[in-house]
Amino acid sequence: MSKPEFVYTTYIETSAEKLWHALTDGDFTERYWFGHRVASDWKVGSPYRFTHQSKPPHQGKVLISDPPTKLAYSWDGCSEDSKRERTSRVTFDIEPRGKVVKLTVTHDNLDEGGKTFRDISGGWPMVLASLKSLLEAGHPLDIDPSPATRKEAAHA
Amino acid sequence: MDDVFKALADASRRSLLDRLHARNGQTLNELCDGLAMTRQAVTKHLAILEAANLVTTFKHGREKLHYLNPVPIHQIGERWIRKFERGKLAALGELKRQLEKRDE
Repeated sequence: MSKPEFVYTTYIETSAEKLWHALTDGDFTERYWFGHRVASDWKVGSPYRFTHQSKPPHQGKVLISDPPTKLAYSWDGCSEDSKRERTSRVTFDIEPRGKVVKLTVTHDNLDEGGKTFRDISGGWPMVLASLKSLLEAGHPLDIDPSPATRKEAAHA
Repeated sequence: MDDVFKALADASRRSLLDRLHARNGQTLNELCDGLAMTRQAVTKHLAILEAANLVTTFKHGREKLHYLNPVPIHQIGERWIRKFERGKLAALGELKRQLEKRDE
């Protein structure tokens, strides 16, 4: 694999199974991923799709599916600008560490300085902070993203 | 959260985060390059930043790469910034940035 462009980590008080569910279940993602519902059978090679009430869908392919420890899928930017960029990859590593679970999100094969690169650098921290809040406190973060960050969250 | 504040309460550690913000995914050697700090000091500071989850490391072949992890900083922001303040604060931050740029 190429050197990843972004590596994010968060520690969440939950179990690996619950975290896997949170990453792969549409009812769950809709709550912390700012209205984006995910759907897939999560088999390697299968498509996955994020849908939103008011935004165009985002889709890609499942690359690794090893519940409840490792999930990876392909990632293409949504905007016209990013369509010319290469397909990147998002990997979720879930490691139980005693009472908490360590979640590492790696995003690699991005065109440095490209549109997708800029879009996701604000989006992932927001999505992960909201996911942690939902799993630990039972509610997602009270975020009303500003127009600029709303776009980032939609793309991350 | 105490870990995060303690880790940030040091100019050398903040400068290491600045370097990772400018270029993510650096080795220890790259991070030491051009810094007025010993390798041991950089190693020690990185360990504190990693313990606070402000830096994440990633094994890439034989290299250990360091990445800025802004997730805890985002959580701090979320704790005290209310929904309706977000836009105003972003505007103020941008105003300050523009005015200070002009003074340079």
